[in-house]
Amino acid sequence: MGLTGLEIFKHLPKTNCKECGFPTCLAFAMALANGKTSLDLCPDVSDQAKEALSSAAAPPIRLVKVGAGENVLEMGDETEIFRHDKRFNHPTAITIAVNDNEDIEAKVEAINQLAFDHVGQHYEADMVALVNASGDAASFKAAAEKAAAKTEKNFTLISADPAAMEAALEVLAARKPLLYAADKDNYEKMTELAKAKGCALVVKGENLDELADLVEKIVALGHRELVLDSGSRETSKVLADLTQFRRQSVKKKFRTFGYPAITFTTKDDPQEELLQAGAYIAKYASIVVMKTTQKEVHLPLMSWRANLYTDPQKPVAVEPGLHIVGEVDENSPVYCTTNFSLTYFLVEGEVDTTRIPSYILSVDTGGISVLTGYADNKFTGETIAKAIKECGLEEKVKHRKIVIPGAVAVLKGKLEDESGWEVLVGPRESSGIPQFAKAQFA
Amino acid sequence: MAVEIFKEKYRSQVREVVLGATKEEGGTRAKTVKVGGQTALPFLHFEGENPNRPVVAMEVWDIVPEEWPANLKGYFEDVYDDAAAWAKKCVEEYGADLIAVRFKGADPDGKDASAEDCVATLKKVLEAVDVPLIVYGCGKTEKDSKVISALAEAAAGENLLLGVAEQENYKIVASAAMAHKHSVIAQSPIDINIAKQLNILIAEMSTPLLDRIIIDPTVAALGYGLEYSYSIMERARFGALQGDRMLAMPCIANVGQEVWVKKEAHISEEEMPEWGGQVERSLAWEAATAMALLQSGIDILVMRHPEAVKKIKSHVDELMQDNS
Repeated sequence: MGLTGLEIFKHLPKTNCKECGFPTCLAFAMALANGKTSLDLCPDVSDQAKEALSSAAAPPIRLVKVGAGENVLEMGDETEIFRHDKRFNHPTAITIAVNDNEDIEAKVEAINQLAFDHVGQHYEADMVALVNASGDAASFKAAAEKAAAKTEKNFTLISADPAAMEAALEVLAARKPLLYAADKDNYEKMTELAKAKGCALVVKGENLDELADLVEKIVALGHRELVLDSGSRETSKVLADLTQFRRQSVKKKFRTFGYPAITFTTKDDPQEELLQAGAYIAKYASIVVMKTTQKEVHLPLMSWRANLYTDPQKPVAVEPGLHIVGEVDENSPVYCTTNFSLTYFLVEGEVDTTRIPSYILSVDTGGISVLTGYADNKFTGETIAKAIKECGLEEKVKHRKIVIPGAVAVLKGKLEDESGWEVLVGPRESSGIPQFAKAQFA
Repeated sequence: MAVEIFKEKYRSQVREVVLGATKEEGGTRAKTVKVGGQTALPFLHFEGENPNRPVVAMEVWDIVPEEWPANLKGYFEDVYDDAAAWAKKCVEEYGADLIAVRFKGADPDGKDASAEDCVATLKKVLEAVDVPLIVYGCGKTEKDSKVISALAEAAAGENLLLGVAEQENYKIVASAAMAHKHSVIAQSPIDINIAKQLNILIAEMSTPLLDRIIIDPTVAALGYGLEYSYSIMERARFGALQGDRMLAMPCIANVGQEVWVKKEAHISEEEMPEWGGQVERSLAWEAATAMALLQSGIDILVMRHPEAVKKIKSHVDELMQDNS
């Protein structure tokens, strides 16, 4: 919680009943301040106190959800200006627009097909944004029916007309779509609809001032599951607005902007959309609504999103053990490296380039790199020898030769002793693998 | 309600570095290119100055780039056995702001071109284009010391950007820059402390050289560690603005070199149908890597694909629009 122990103590019953497991209410308050216990443990805290304490403890940017059941999309709950200060929490939802007067099934299917396996991760598009381009409530509803049947993904419904929105909701309410949008003309009806259906609602202003006003009006009407649209569409202005939202909520605790933000690409060329969307992802967008379904630009876009949202303190690791590249046989070369994802995939990529089917032994170093692993005694003659034995390599290959990264050439002697294998010292950089393989194995 | 725009207050700024030299300044360039000088984080025009837009250097080799995939090589087929013609095409047809000449031919394990050969090539390129030049060796330290020294001497007064000075090996390149009035790329291996330390070491040789340093934090391609470079850049740029003069240099990224050796730039659609077509995908991979690095504060992008260059330059036009 953001409050101090004393501030929290003021709201507690001060009976020292010990039900919470602490000797006094003050001790309990101190523990709460340090996030070490939960307010639920106090049997006598008043509803008023609960309300006061929870809003102060709330994250600077509200956690807002779209969807129901197993497929809930979470947005918001961010605390950082820079990823390196801690991490970014909820990756931008990549959302593709479908007009209610185009070939719905084809477009939704193309969105479903945006699924990639890349460097050990799986990426997908997150939402379908159904647009009331026809301007007609019945068409919007019919489109919602078709789209809902064609995909399990979550929805954003885009219409300025509360009647059309209501019609589409007759089909989709149970899937808790995001409603776009409440503006200064329709906000009362839209808020009522959003509240009634328990859906998150985008608030759109012409500019930051108008947006702030509108957010406060909607909160006063009793709806807090909100997403912000600053109204800007020019790249540079959008970046400035996204920066304002993040800074004002995180640094100034300005609750009016403490919500996730939605952005829209404006480019028609998919390559240009990629750059625009990528910049918005970099700068705090919770949702980016796009037009293209081109695989060639979505793979890099989703890769960028994954990179940005990686926890800097927990680098990604791969499954340790024996990995296969190509159609291996008992004579295939064997390389070893650590199970740090980056290291592993750099090596795998280069081994792939050699066009010589090979084994890669990924030694468990807890997901750290070759040199760090060596320094930390996790990547040693002993650990590598152990990994060789444990993965059954000796049953898979006839030869007993293993390639180690050039940076740890010093391990050669010890590894040979421990394993009984012959150690070939490979290049220092993974980029040297193709040349090395040509010389050794071709 | 009038929302008060939150403007960050910074204590300092990024140094401005001039690349190239005109006739008045002792060189032969038609005009110089300035980078850096920002007083705020990238593109936040509402709270500071971004006086110099990020620029793109296109990469030119002194040998035919055999390993480049067909879709990239295709653009230069008519010129890639002539570095001067190649450079000219990049500037005139593809809008390169600078040319980065990579002397791969000097590699002792390859053609082993002599320092004299490299000088001859450089002179032809200097004659063919009037934009500032960046020069890189072949990546083999011992040979590069000879090559870069020779190039620096032969082009004295041109204010080349010399690649690269590293922590373990900076004296030769730094001396060449001092003696012949060039600028230096100070390269560190994705380590902010080494980046800083290297600048301190160079400053010990010559304080004025501090205003002629471009930091290369070493960038990794998208999907292969880009976020490490991105965060080093964000930390360095923020540190610079908060007053750290040893990190307050403009920065350069070798995007093309990192991207075009990766699987994503090469693998065909037949082998990997889920990834779509290689032509569009490889272009997107380079452009996306560059896009991300621009957001972190990179000032000079060294790129290869003409279409990616075009898209990025157009993207920079947008980013440079005022958002006060």
